[in-house]
Amino acid sequence: MTRLRRALPLAVLLAFAALPYSAVNIPGVFDGPLNSPGTLQLLAICLVFGGLATGYDLMFGRTGLLSFGHALYFAAGAYGTAILVDRTGWPLWVAGVVAIAAGALLAVLLGAVALRTNGIAFAMVTLAFAQVGAVAVARNPGHLTGGEEGIPLDGARLPAGLVGVVNTVNLYWIALAFAAVAAIVVHRIDASPFGRVLAAVRDDDRRVAVIGLNPYRFRLLAFITSATLAATAGAVYVLLVGGASPHVASSDLTLSLLVMVVLGGPGTRWGPMLGGALFAFLDNRLTALGSSDAVAGLPGVLSRPLSQPLFILGSVFILAVYFFPNGLSGVKAWMSTIGRALGSRRRSSPASSVVATVPAEPPHAEAGVGRS
Amino acid sequence: MTTVILLVLTGLGLSGLYFLVASGLSLVFGLADVLNFAHGLFLSIGAYATWWAVNNLPGASAEGWGFVLAALVGVAAGAALACVVELVLIRALYRRPIQQVLVTVGLSLAGVALLQAVWGADSLPFPRPAWTQRVTRVGGAAVPNAGLLLIVAAAAVLVALLVLLRFSRVGLVIRAGVEDRAMVTALGIDVRRAFTLVFAIGGAAAALAGVLAGVSFGAVSPGQGTSLLIFGFIVVVIGGLGSITGSAAAAVAVGLVQQFVNYFSPGLGDICVVALLAIVLLIRPRGLASLSGRVAA
Repeated sequence: MTRLRRALPLAVLLAFAALPYSAVNIPGVFDGPLNSPGTLQLLAICLVFGGLATGYDLMFGRTGLLSFGHALYFAAGAYGTAILVDRTGWPLWVAGVVAIAAGALLAVLLGAVALRTNGIAFAMVTLAFAQVGAVAVARNPGHLTGGEEGIPLDGARLPAGLVGVVNTVNLYWIALAFAAVAAIVVHRIDASPFGRVLAAVRDDDRRVAVIGLNPYRFRLLAFITSATLAATAGAVYVLLVGGASPHVASSDLTLSLLVMVVLGGPGTRWGPMLGGALFAFLDNRLTALGSSDAVAGLPGVLSRPLSQPLFILGSVFILAVYFFPNGLSGVKAWMSTIGRALGSRRRSSPASSVVATVPAEPPHAEAGVGRS
Repeated sequence: MTTVILLVLTGLGLSGLYFLVASGLSLVFGLADVLNFAHGLFLSIGAYATWWAVNNLPGASAEGWGFVLAALVGVAAGAALACVVELVLIRALYRRPIQQVLVTVGLSLAGVALLQAVWGADSLPFPRPAWTQRVTRVGGAAVPNAGLLLIVAAAAVLVALLVLLRFSRVGLVIRAGVEDRAMVTALGIDVRRAFTLVFAIGGAAAALAGVLAGVSFGAVSPGQGTSLLIFGFIVVVIGGLGSITGSAAAAVAVGLVQQFVNYFSPGLGDICVVALLAIVLLIRPRGLASLSGRVAA
């Protein structure tokens, strides 16, 4: 059982890595066969958002920090890479690494200030910081960001293997690698003493302080790690879509991230990854559905709201908050409850080494974000 | 000198707009602990309802009393929507602040998308009385009347709110609830009725802000509420959560800083406002209202 649980993610990873060699057609789900460039790009975007949501959950579900400014670090990675490739002529990988490092540095500076508050005030402060990013992008200082049009990634300056429709498969593998890295980083942290302290900070930070650890420092580390993953996601995303647009800096992106994590199940092992991938997939496919003949044939009262993916996703999200507070993963917990009722014994989760009363079930992440 | 007068008055107009958005946010947060992301939606609804009334409602028009009627329709729509949101969506989730935030986030995403579906993503020209498009000479400066209207409206709302909070029974309940909700409940008072009222007041103020923003900018778009909401949040945090006077002071500071800096370098003012927020937080993490010694939230 345990061995199977360990082997399964690796098997899934290998299956995903081998996926471009398959020409299976799944009608209704994808427009073309699995190895067509369009499908591969959609899958790659799903993987990037899956990884991004997993990184965001390191803050939200695992440390109890509700940030409304994560788009800033995603945008730092995306715009940073695009601008550096465009302006300096550095090779892509140097530009990417420098942009990610800049995103991490930004997180150190802004996180140090924002984490002086907590709870709701922290949410508002991160929102305000991210707004500066959105304003700066829209303002187009020195024609760096391209304002409303954004900046295209100059194909001539990229490695030949990443340019053109034929090479979409390479971008797909990069996206897959990023998703795997995000999952490994977050899961390693989860299993480490550091991760246990983060869970303790989420559940009761005063208790952590009494033990003699500084909650501020742990929150900051989680913040920086999460933001660095977001910047990496941004750098991969800009390659995938071939440029940066102001949308990546908008507060809508952060709100969508929150939706992804909550739909998937905050604090759960694979929930955020699934939620992120599903959201990106639905966002893309619902747009196609909205412009399809089936919807256009409906009366205006129905067809116009249905042509707005965010209307459908927002409504689903509200319903999910009420009826599935643990997201997609809640379905699994539900089944394990049934399993227990039937008498099958499950391996109990390892006891926390730091705080004995960390709840074993997926948390609601309530305790960390209360009244300030 | 005339430039300074002009910048002060237009800056105060901006402050008025921010105060109208922030007062509702601050009250709702102070009393009910709800960070209301759907507040921007109330603002947009107010603007769109007014736009609709001018074009469709008999008796309403873009001039004189007809416009007042249209604006009242907008304000009523904002208050009604806020009541419905509180009763249907928020009430079921009290004591679960994160879920409340999530629901309001979902509502703002879905609501803005719905506005887009109904009225289109592009901004619509907002009907406004001709006199609001003219200017008044103040000390040699030509100040747009729309800005002066915002100042007057915000001052009126501030006074009305303070009177309500200081001199009425329900105001007493609200103030006590902000200080210590558990104690008020223990005394046998149903605070939740006050929650609905506070939501309605906040929704009405936000809708008024939407109408006046439409008058001031001459256009209305689905995303307008959300962008104003962010400055509302900044004002609320600088002012201290739950404090109306703190919000008013912070709104004045934010509006003036933004207007003056933007005069010298467009866009830089927005960045300076966030820098102001960071400085206030470093010096006084609970916001300006904690200056007076009262615990704000």
